[in-house]
Amino acid sequence: MKPRATLGAAVATAMLSLALPAAAAPDPNDWEAVLEAADGQTVYWNAWAGEERTNAYISWVAQQVNAKYGVELVHVKLGDTAEAVSRVLAEKQAGNDDQGSVDMIWINGENFAAMKANGLLFGPWADAMPYYALTDPDNTPAVRYDWTIPVDGLESPWSSSQVVFYYDTALVENHPNNMPELLEWTKQNPGEFTYAQVPNFLGNAFITQALLELSDATDIFYDPMQDEDFDAATAPLWEFLDELHPHLWRSGRAFPSNSADLRSLMGDSEISIALSFSTTEASGAIANYELPDTVRSYVHDSGMIGNMSFMAIPYNAQHKAGAMVVANYLMSPEAQAEKQDPEVWGSNTVLAMEMLSSEDRALFDDIDLGIATLPPNELGEVLGQPHPSWVDAIAEAWQERYVN
Amino acid sequence: MVILPAFGYLPVLGGDTFHLEAWQALWGRAGLHRSVLLSYFSGLITTLVALFIVVLFLAASQGTWIDRAIRRMVSPLLAIPHAAVAFGLAFLIAPSGLFVRWISPGLTGWERPPDLLIVNDPLGLALMAGLILKEVPFLLLMSLAALPQLRPEQRVTLARSLGYAPSIAWLKCVFPALYPLIRLPVYAVIAYATSVVDMALILGPTLPPTLSVSILTWFNDPDLNRRFMASAGAVLQLGVTLAALLTWWLGEQAVKRASQRWLANGARASGSTAVAFGGRALLLTVTLLAMSALAGLALFSVAGFWRFPDALPGTFTLNHWQRILPSVATPLMNTLSVGLAATLIAAVLVVATLEHAARHHLPARRAQWLLYLPLIVPQVAFLFGLVVAAESVAIRPQHALVVAVHLLFVVPYLYLSLSEAYRRLDPRWVQVALSLGVPPWRAFWQVRLPLLLAPLLTACAVSLAVSIGQYLPTLLLGGGRVPTITTEAVAMASGGNRRLVAVLALLQALLPFIGFSLALLIPRLVWAKRRQMRGAT
Amino acid sequence: MTPNLQTLHIKQMSITLAGETLLTMHRDIAPGEVVTVMGPSGSGKSTLLAYLAGFLSPAFQAQGELYLGDKRLDTLPAERRSIGLLFQDPMLFPHLSVEGNLRFGLPHRANDKRQQVAQALEQVGLSGFEARDPATLSGGQQARVALMRLLLSQPRAVLLDEPFSKLDTALRQEMRTLVFGQLRAAGLPTLLVTHDEADANAAGGPIIALG
Repeated sequence: MKPRATLGAAVATAMLSLALPAAAAPDPNDWEAVLEAADGQTVYWNAWAGEERTNAYISWVAQQVNAKYGVELVHVKLGDTAEAVSRVLAEKQAGNDDQGSVDMIWINGENFAAMKANGLLFGPWADAMPYYALTDPDNTPAVRYDWTIPVDGLESPWSSSQVVFYYDTALVENHPNNMPELLEWTKQNPGEFTYAQVPNFLGNAFITQALLELSDATDIFYDPMQDEDFDAATAPLWEFLDELHPHLWRSGRAFPSNSADLRSLMGDSEISIALSFSTTEASGAIANYELPDTVRSYVHDSGMIGNMSFMAIPYNAQHKAGAMVVANYLMSPEAQAEKQDPEVWGSNTVLAMEMLSSEDRALFDDIDLGIATLPPNELGEVLGQPHPSWVDAIAEAWQERYVN
Repeated sequence: MVILPAFGYLPVLGGDTFHLEAWQALWGRAGLHRSVLLSYFSGLITTLVALFIVVLFLAASQGTWIDRAIRRMVSPLLAIPHAAVAFGLAFLIAPSGLFVRWISPGLTGWERPPDLLIVNDPLGLALMAGLILKEVPFLLLMSLAALPQLRPEQRVTLARSLGYAPSIAWLKCVFPALYPLIRLPVYAVIAYATSVVDMALILGPTLPPTLSVSILTWFNDPDLNRRFMASAGAVLQLGVTLAALLTWWLGEQAVKRASQRWLANGARASGSTAVAFGGRALLLTVTLLAMSALAGLALFSVAGFWRFPDALPGTFTLNHWQRILPSVATPLMNTLSVGLAATLIAAVLVVATLEHAARHHLPARRAQWLLYLPLIVPQVAFLFGLVVAAESVAIRPQHALVVAVHLLFVVPYLYLSLSEAYRRLDPRWVQVALSLGVPPWRAFWQVRLPLLLAPLLTACAVSLAVSIGQYLPTLLLGGGRVPTITTEAVAMASGGNRRLVAVLALLQALLPFIGFSLALLIPRLVWAKRRQMRGAT
Repeated sequence: MTPNLQTLHIKQMSITLAGETLLTMHRDIAPGEVVTVMGPSGSGKSTLLAYLAGFLSPAFQAQGELYLGDKRLDTLPAERRSIGLLFQDPMLFPHLSVEGNLRFGLPHRANDKRQQVAQALEQVGLSGFEARDPATLSGGQQARVALMRLLLSQPRAVLLDEPFSKLDTALRQEMRTLVFGQLRAAGLPTLLVTHDEADANAAGGPIIALG
């Protein structure tokens, strides 16, 4: 970046922050005032809606917050989180700084990084939420860093997820335990494995996982990328992918577009091993009749990438108090336990068990995880998400290399 | 609002100077030239094949019961949303799809699906097939609405009396008169096919995808700076669509020239058997394919787990319907109220414009191309600008705003579906009425409108379907305040649960289906005793 | 029906297109007189009819005046000129019954509409055809209904645009007799445009050659 541009950016940032005193929003630290302001508000929660069980859970939350806090919660169903980002961006461009139509967004990773960098978020507010302490933020970096980007109180944790592989035990005897074994297995079973197309988040997750597994030193990936490091650091990844691709489903000439496509391929017996960003995906899909009940999950020996997803409030949201009340409720043991129940949704909690009362802990102990879900102690080590600049760069390089 | 960011201008993202970086980034994209060629050729080939099938069928069609039956099976296909057809077709022709299941393992010995690249093939054949399935019914419907005023029976009878075989008589005497009437719909098909997103996402190539899909990916990229490149891509997309239209127009001129000799060469029967057979066979194939795709969807909507290569699901369940139905009442009502309002307003606007032009003998204006811009500029590109515009004047998301943005898409479709029929209505009808001493308003209500009832209703049904199909405009301008059956369906489709997607797709098809049925039924009921008004249906 | 018979005056008419004069005419047509205009296609016959009836496209410029008796017509819209039209095709409205077609031309406040329709049909030998769909009528029957629709609208003058050219030969002679007989009986000034000399002869009036 040229020095002048940096200066310009700094000035712009300074002016923006001056222009952004949260006008009507109550002080997040004054919880009583927040509750009072929230009563009677209608909160428009923009959330990806591709999963019926997620939608059903959100309806349940809507009933709860209405009864408890007098907040009317409306689920704005999105096909892609970027649609909500667009809306906020357009409102900002048009100068609508306090009557925004998006009150709360389900978000993480690159979308969060982009909204934060462009001054599109309200806050800090999240660390002032009463239930926030239950996530044990001091000892849980995953709550404070979203893909290595400091959260800075601009979003509150909601769900934790981890990449897992799943396979059909009727078709695969011994599943691979690391990337080299996966390569060997794929060579022996050509056409029976693939991953989602980059830059879909699951596709990115697979190549990121491979990058971390195949590199000797991984610290470098948790800092912003420096151009001169790229080639050397990613060489093992390309060597691996170049060797893997000819043996993939359709010989690597086409890729499923997202995790749902991948799951369909599994359901149609086109492939025998797939991966997911949800540890309970396989159990849920069996219950939905999408996968045969012979499917099971597994993880690689060296651990799997995991991350959290969060609630963020746009800087111009009209109902910030209501949004905070909902985001806080989403972190309550009651809401988190309901969410973790595979019968309901099966999405992992962000709460630290040791912070809970024994009563609340019992809510979680009683949950039956489902036949294809690994219990927490078998999920292995959680590998942190590299810095977005790395993920971006390898996704770009993937395009350069494999799109012709 | 599309063009400015393409040249680096979008203040909210810090772009406040004009430059060409976005274009350089765009040119540097891997696979860009392939994306462009894919969009260009798939648009042209799709249109050509669809038109060919429709024309051949109409030529072959003799009004026998079989022809009428085929025709009746085609029109409901229009009601099925594009994405649903794509889903259905993909499941039909995939190596693990219905066709292979029906013959496996019996004929093929396959216990596992073969590893063949059929769906998402690099040449876009599957995508073109899907588009053809959707565009054939559209062109057929447009043709059927335009035909009666050409009095095709008279023309064919005359030519037959001169010794021409019926199908050749149709091709030589009716088609040259019909083409000008369906030209705008044909152009709309080209524009649509070169820029389609939803079908291309499901059926199209992936390495690289078509240009339109790439643009959507860039717009939705978490890296907001990619929007500059996406805007440049949108401008390029406009260029590709215009190039395809220009190519087609040049082709039209060439065919016109070249065909003069064939039209007048006096050959009366050569090729007539091929036409008669081919026309029916092709349309029947299209119809059966689309029906099977629909049947596949219906099966999936009640399917339990369905292991390959079973021909039918192992278990059936109503579970999927039960999970969706309780929550669709509001979206259905919104869909209907927005669709009807948009269609009604558009019909009044378009008819008023056309009537004004007819009364004052105004020629088709050049400005009408402006009307078609929303059809050829990628939606995702200019909707952002619309949201900014609406917000700038403090119009908050609401029903009326959604109706207004739907009008952008509904009006052009209504106009192109109706204008030729309107303009080509024999001016003597109104002249006779006026010369009988009837004032213009009575001539309009009692002569012109009744004579145009069928094309008007058809155009309204098309418009209703167009309104119902809008996803991004409804979501972005409605700010999520106006959920429709389509916003529900697309959101659900992103999760890819085929069974739930099937349920929503069938529900989504319901309203347009009713619309098209009424458009066909009403004239038949109203004109039950008027032979000439029943036209070709 | 006692129309006060009036003469149609075409005064110093001159029609130009883009500065080029297409045709000129200065002519009176007396009540009951049939003036025939003959000329090959492209000689401006239809332009002439469009001007007289009030449908001239704005692309053309017309000079001169048109009077019926002492009432100026060229400044009036088509529906107020009381000039009836017969085309090559009968142009029976396909969405109306035979009766609907005949009623369409009747003045709004006319009494005994039903009876007038019945009488008109009887005059041309089509009694009882009221409820019929025009599409089920033969060409000759349609032509006769069209004529009666014209007459029921009580025009003060009539324009005929090759009205017999689409009928077969036998029918043609019969229709000529019927049409000219009726128009003369009604005492209407009539202008016939045709390229068929037999039409001109049957009309029995003066002939103007165009082009």
